[in-house]
Amino acid sequence: MQITLNGQLQNIENSQTVADLLEELQIAHKKTVVERNGTIVIEEFHQQEGLMDGDRIEIIHFVGGG
Amino acid sequence: MNTEERFSRQRLFHGIGWEGQERLQEAHVIMVGAGALGSLTAETLVRAGVGKLTLIDRDYVEESNLQRQQLYTEADAEACTPKAEAAKKRLLDIRSDASIEIIVGEADPALLENCMPADLIIDGLDNMETRLMINDTALKHQIPWIYGACVGAYGLSYTVRPGQGPCLRCLMKGIPMEGETCDTVGIIAPAVQFVSATQVTEAMKLLTHSFEQLRGTLWSFDVWSNESSSIYVDSLQDKDCPSCGESPAYPALAWSGRSKAETLCGRDAVQVKPLPDMQVSLEQTADVHKQHLSKANQHLLVLNIENKRLVLFKDGRAIIHGVSGEVEARSLYQRYIGG
Ligand SMILES: [Zn+2]
Repeated sequence: MQITLNGQLQNIENSQTVADLLEELQIAHKKTVVERNGTIVIEEFHQQEGLMDGDRIEIIHFVGGG
Repeated sequence: MNTEERFSRQRLFHGIGWEGQERLQEAHVIMVGAGALGSLTAETLVRAGVGKLTLIDRDYVEESNLQRQQLYTEADAEACTPKAEAAKKRLLDIRSDASIEIIVGEADPALLENCMPADLIIDGLDNMETRLMINDTALKHQIPWIYGACVGAYGLSYTVRPGQGPCLRCLMKGIPMEGETCDTVGIIAPAVQFVSATQVTEAMKLLTHSFEQLRGTLWSFDVWSNESSSIYVDSLQDKDCPSCGESPAYPALAWSGRSKAETLCGRDAVQVKPLPDMQVSLEQTADVHKQHLSKANQHLLVLNIENKRLVLFKDGRAIIHGVSGEVEARSLYQRYIGG
């Protein structure tokens, strides 16, 4: 399926849910803020929040460096 | 130096003007960390005419810093100059009448308390644990602070304002602190510059009271993959947050500083701290370990012990290179410094 991730069109192969997507992007171990179609999806719902073709997803992950 | 000329272009800018410039020149900003973000942000603020800058850093300049930490030179790396001191020297070259206070040491609650009052704290740290302490300090004093961090080509920033939206603890609820890992993917200077530019712009808006122009979002970008994101996070504000909620306890202010031995991210080194009641004298240590002494200045000395390097600071901390881990670092510290 095709989604818009952080403003860029992307083909997502193996992800059905937000949790899958974080895994696919290799940031599942990081603290993140995720928004799906304009609404924040809190961490507790990452497993059950399904993805659909055409979704607009924003993901920001925290890092420590400076 | 004619200050009217000096800041004329900034005054001409509609968002600042005479009044805004005056406010900048009356402001006290605390910059925590003088690494890549901190040195760059400090320079821009000093050039912009900020009234007083307090710069806190626990590290010294090394060759691998020079690719992105733009206040520092080969001479600083050669001399192992503490970053805060090297920064101050360069900043005074840039603006000789700037008021710059430096602290060579580790930011902890007591140290920050001594820097108050201030109008704003800007984050140029390398770890989340200390950021949560900055978060609580700023909220307790009811002043804003600006989070910023970067790695690789990626960076992000968020402005925390007391009483206006969530704080960092709200956003990071349940972060596994002990699980904080070092990123080993390197970093490019433009990522640092992006984050610093954002932090400085938000600082200018706060200090000139241009509050309606503040970004108001959690913001990130990747300069290599060209992705960027901006998320309104107001819904993440937690009214029971122990830092910004209705009855705050500021848990991070009970914190007595980083642990006794700590692997420094991206530095291939371990920092060891002295026991609380331990006295460390640079002169005495230099004397006792003459045969290992490689460098010394007023803030630190460098011992070369076999293929390891031990950098001892006046406050008793040591940064040790070439050890296999925290246990070896601690034992080397005990053997050569004491405790
Ligand atoms: Zn909070």
